[in-house]
Amino acid sequence: MPMMLKVNGQKRSLSLDTRTTLLDALREHLHLTGTKKGCDHGQCGACTVLVNGKRINSCLSLAIMHDGDEITTIEGLGTPDKLHPMQAAFVKHDGYQCGYCTPGQICSAVAVLEEIARGVPSHVQDDLTAAPRATNMEMRERMSGNICRCGAYSNIADAMAEVAGGMG
Amino acid sequence: MKAFTYERAKDPVAAARAVAGRPGAKFIAGGTNLLDLMKIEVEVPTHLVDVQDLPFDKIEQTPEGGLRIGALVTNTDLATDERVRRDYAVLSRSIVAGASGQLRNKASTAGNLLQRTRCPYFYDTNMACNKRKPGSGCAAIGGFSRQLGVIGVSKSCIATFPGDMAVALRLLDAVVETIDAKGKTRAIPIAEFHMLWGDHPEREFALAPGELITAVTLPQPLGGKHYYEKVRDRASYAFALVSVAAVIQPDRTGRVAFGGVAPKPWRVEAAEALLPQGAVAVTAKAFAGATPTKDNAFKLPLATRALASVIAQAKA
Ligand SMILES: Cc1cc2nc3c(=O)[nH]c(=O)nc-3n(C[C@H](O)[C@H](O)[C@H](O)COP(=O)(O)OP(=O)(O)OC[C@H]3O[C@@H](n4cnc5c(N)ncnc54)[C@H](O)[C@@H]3O)c2cc1C
Ligand code: SF4
Repeated sequence: MPMMLKVNGQKRSLSLDTRTTLLDALREHLHLTGTKKGCDHGQCGACTVLVNGKRINSCLSLAIMHDGDEITTIEGLGTPDKLHPMQAAFVKHDGYQCGYCTPGQICSAVAVLEEIARGVPSHVQDDLTAAPRATNMEMRERMSGNICRCGAYSNIADAMAEVAGGMG
Repeated sequence: MKAFTYERAKDPVAAARAVAGRPGAKFIAGGTNLLDLMKIEVEVPTHLVDVQDLPFDKIEQTPEGGLRIGALVTNTDLATDERVRRDYAVLSRSIVAGASGQLRNKASTAGNLLQRTRCPYFYDTNMACNKRKPGSGCAAIGGFSRQLGVIGVSKSCIATFPGDMAVALRLLDAVVETIDAKGKTRAIPIAEFHMLWGDHPEREFALAPGELITAVTLPQPLGGKHYYEKVRDRASYAFALVSVAAVIQPDRTGRVAFGGVAPKPWRVEAAEALLPQGAVAVTAKAFAGATPTKDNAFKLPLATRALASVIAQAKA
């Protein structure tokens, strides 16, 4: 089926089998291999991208369901010469070892700070009616959909804390 | 994944007609449960009707003083809504206790209610499963049943309804609104929406083929203190072994529903009437006649302790 995705600011026309997931469209058809395939069942978070500004698992969504949507992948957040602040913070705090989950972690981390700013509640919030804060506990809970096999979690939370602090 | 055709519905009745008139057709909303199951060919629809463009993405006040939640409102948006956080906190709490931030951004109110069981044998197409393939047997009975049901189950299937949000909706006496291919609307009390399947574990939801969920309504707020206590194998991002949704009033009365234990959110009104007597009294009544397996008998004392913890928090 014909469709159009706005990927990292560029309109991309595609003609795909209905079965193609958004993840496969990005990787196999648009050759944006930054977004990773881990479990392919929404359990690991490696495939996390931003769709119209919100983070989702691109493996559990069909490309055709996103006709006309704006997709931001790790390639669109920043470039090696002009890193996104979250990318720079991951480098500084060593927020990875093997790096496989990192693009998903970074996309998710960017969205988490936006969600906190927007007042999206979390499981660890005591008072649901108060504005959530970017505490370590909050970051850990909100990032639980991104698994890191190397266990870089504490450094990821440090990277996020730095970016959150800078936003204040 | 098996091949299928796809269309994007423009209006509710046309969507219902597109599914009702075609065996093998299914609605798709967020896709987070359906696609997961299509990948392993537990679900094999031949046609998908995408409902994302239908006008069901709002949360509105009802004339009765409750809320009407559109079927497409995402779990994130529902949990974030100021009125829900303030007046129906148990609902917000149940949602943020489930899945992950990414999944909640996609998961819809209707899709969440219709999520299928997490029984491991249901997921493994090499195993016997009456729910997946009626009449094939049940590999869970006599198999690994730690996660499975302790009450309301049958000799054909001992699975649970795995969701969290529905437990809070049951507690709040929500009503599911639908429309069918002829444009006829219906209001289904949540207590009747998830069914005790008996000998037909493939029949899980009180919906006719092609019946489209349009909204879920909540009655007036209950007041009181709201809790959703979820016990699971890790602190986040796991399904409930046992969960307790509760609203406790200052006089110690209230409402209680349990998740992770039965084919439906488990609420026994005669049991919750015993709340002032404490957790043991409530769960003895709520779980009378339970039929746990050796593997999951732990869920019964766990339910009592989870409720005791809620009652203690309410006293504090
Ligand atoms: C890794 C993982 C962890 C999870 N953890 C949890 C958890 O801890 N707790 C929890 O509660 N849930 C959990 N979930 C499940 C998640 O909540 C569901 O997948 C989600 O709510 C389904 O919503 P959806 O809109 O994506 O549904 P879809 O997948 O789009 O649809 C599900 C079903 O609903 C039908 N449908 C959709 N919309 C309508 C409508 N308007 N009318 C009639 N039928 C309709 C579809 O035909 C399909 O049969 C988890 C899921 C994953 C993948
Ligand atoms: S418990 Fe139910 S879902 Fe699990 S294998 Fe048996 S019939 Fe299938």
